[in-house]
Amino acid sequence: MKNTLGREIPEYIEGYGKVTPFEGAFKHTGIKTKKEVKVNSVTPKQEKVLNSIEEVIDKVGIRDGMTISFHHHLRNGDYVLNIVVEAIAKKGIKNITVAVSSIFPNHAPLIEHIKNGVVTKIVTNYMSGPVAQEISRGILKNPVIMHTHGGRARAIESGDLHIDVAFIAAPTADTYGNINGLYGKSACGALGYAVADAECADRVVAITDNLVPYPACPIEISQIYVDYIVPIDSIGDPGGIVSGTTQITNDPVGLKIAKMASDLMVATGLVKDEMSFQTGAGGISLAVAAELRKYMKENGIVGSFASGGITGYIVDMFKEGLFKSLFDVQCFDLQAVESYVSTHKHQRMSASMYGNPDNKGAVVNNLDIVILGATEIDTNFNVNVTTGSDGAIMGGSGGHSDTAAGAKLTIIVTQLMKARLPIIVDNVTTITTPGESIDVIVTERGIAINPKRLDIIEKLNKTNLPIMTIQELKIIAENMTGKPKKILLTDQIVAVIEYRDGSIIDVVRKPL
Amino acid sequence: MKRLRRTMLFMPGNNPGMLQNAGILGADSIILDLEDAVSLTEKDSARILVREAIKTVDYSNVELVVRVNPITSEFALKDIDVIARVKPDALMIPKATEEELKTIDEMLINIEREEGFDVGSIKLIPIVETAYGLQNVYNIIKSCHRIVAILLGGEDLTSDLGIKRTKEGEEIFYARNQVSIACRAMKVDSIDTPFTDTSDFEGLAKDTMKAKSLGFTGKAAISPKHIDTIHSVYAPTVVEIKHAKRVLAAMEEAESEGKGVFSLDGKMVDAPVINRAKNTVELAKLLGLI
Repeated sequence: MKNTLGREIPEYIEGYGKVTPFEGAFKHTGIKTKKEVKVNSVTPKQEKVLNSIEEVIDKVGIRDGMTISFHHHLRNGDYVLNIVVEAIAKKGIKNITVAVSSIFPNHAPLIEHIKNGVVTKIVTNYMSGPVAQEISRGILKNPVIMHTHGGRARAIESGDLHIDVAFIAAPTADTYGNINGLYGKSACGALGYAVADAECADRVVAITDNLVPYPACPIEISQIYVDYIVPIDSIGDPGGIVSGTTQITNDPVGLKIAKMASDLMVATGLVKDEMSFQTGAGGISLAVAAELRKYMKENGIVGSFASGGITGYIVDMFKEGLFKSLFDVQCFDLQAVESYVSTHKHQRMSASMYGNPDNKGAVVNNLDIVILGATEIDTNFNVNVTTGSDGAIMGGSGGHSDTAAGAKLTIIVTQLMKARLPIIVDNVTTITTPGESIDVIVTERGIAINPKRLDIIEKLNKTNLPIMTIQELKIIAENMTGKPKKILLTDQIVAVIEYRDGSIIDVVRKPL
Repeated sequence: MKRLRRTMLFMPGNNPGMLQNAGILGADSIILDLEDAVSLTEKDSARILVREAIKTVDYSNVELVVRVNPITSEFALKDIDVIARVKPDALMIPKATEEELKTIDEMLINIEREEGFDVGSIKLIPIVETAYGLQNVYNIIKSCHRIVAILLGGEDLTSDLGIKRTKEGEEIFYARNQVSIACRAMKVDSIDTPFTDTSDFEGLAKDTMKAKSLGFTGKAAISPKHIDTIHSVYAPTVVEIKHAKRVLAAMEEAESEGKGVFSLDGKMVDAPVINRAKNTVELAKLLGLI
């Protein structure tokens, strides 16, 4: 069958189940039901601290076929997933589903566990590195399910994704299970992605390298959710936890794109007092923030909030008074961690609060402007941030689809050509975010506005900005690069792309 | 309409990514460089790359200039023969002398005839960067009809003069005057030497203003980051535009009343003032400021 975006998807996918096709960004709304959660009540004098991972695996009763979950706040420095899965493998347990909010290159040991049948299913929002490459080659028994950040929280809270045991990497935990990410040698700041796991998993285990006397302060994840605490030597490599990529681009082409994006934002009239804004940590995205910062300062504009994974750059804008508060699901660098520690106006949000479409209103719904990237865009404005030019998985939505759906103005900033490849194509390899959520594409050679946004077209036509159709942009690129050959794919589905509402927006097929 | 050369941006001829994007960075002219930016071992490949870039990439309205190697080098004749055949707007000739430019002119006449281009359509922009060149700048401009601008090369010039190059640029004060006046005399553009500190925008603005005040029509840039600053120096200010428009309005009024000379704000307005006002308004229109 075809979904409304024209993607050919089976009605039933082996290893996934029956498919609900994507029908539009807001087609599956209405009254929703949260799952029932099992709670093993704890009585006075009962100890929660255990001595080893092995012991906790026995205590919580992990066995064949169970789903265990992890969060990605320690990013490419995370040790916890590898340690736990290794311990499970040693016990001879098989057919485990790993539900981890993101997979990074440091999770490469998962490959062996996939090959030997310990891990047979993976649920994630983003993956890059060797695990993504190997899964694209078809080594995993079942297709990976790829969520958005908000969609993962929705799936957990609704029971679509049932977690038997959640393992929470805890930079600080006390002896009764209160957790924060602010202190300790592995401090990473806000722990927004772990919240739904803690609240909804049958059993919750905190793994910490900073066990403190009761009570930990402040408390981000409460003792009422945590069954056990296991202290270990180290939960992560600090070098990999804080990202080193939060620098504004020096590339003149990127800077030109950023300036155009900023001029465009101003022209739409959305850059004004009480505005809200989100941008990524990539070079061009931060350059847009830099241009916005300049404009806001020059014109005395004070925004309401900035949100997202918060970077030091956004913290600087906040400290300068350009935003009244910050919503932070995860801190990208130490400056963001320090800010989160020092002021209550730098607030944590859970992944559900950030982008879950089925709660009583996520933060993305209040966003005015979001700046996003793309690896491919088609002439219907559908965006791919999941697969690369070889057809292999190299990313995923993360918050892409969530923010695009919620924001009043969704801007994609990208070079028109990357390496030798044009970015605008007839059909993207994989649809991550539907074109209906994308308003404008800004490239160094021109700006394309979604024809559905007549209001923006009208405003921008009054400016000197180089407005053109997306087809014109495509031709400009192809005149230089030629048309790339189509990626040849097999029939084997290696990933199922769930839109934030749980419907299937696309599948990834194994490249030939 | 006269072509603007407020900024001429150098781009290395051996970098495919930069060649691809050179035209969109906002400079009035781009100089694809086969000389200093390219090491000896890459001279051939850069020449081919630049030739293919000119054939493939749409540089739209940006003036496309290629800096070839000095005529005294083993690469120059090949550079000219290969690049002229894909018809750049102009060739930039380092350490040019009057004699060399005449030789290049003849070479280009032959190439233009062979390729079916209009004779004289490929322009030349000599770089004055030696003491000999500086003393002969007037004759350099007169050497052939292809010369449309002179670039003052401050670094090589001070090296040739055996003096220190400074950020303040007092040491090239005479050279700037010499080049600027010769160019004005011959009605070609004068392009100032690039400012070499890529992150000192205040210094860049001062340096550009200094050259502009001596009569230079534009400035070379080695970084795209410099373009906006240079353009802002060369753009007429709001006050200047307002004043120019008032002068022209007063002129029209005086004409309708049959007056030859008139005054504005108590000052006499004559032909030079009117010309300056016309130039200001024309430039402001060209830059989309009015």
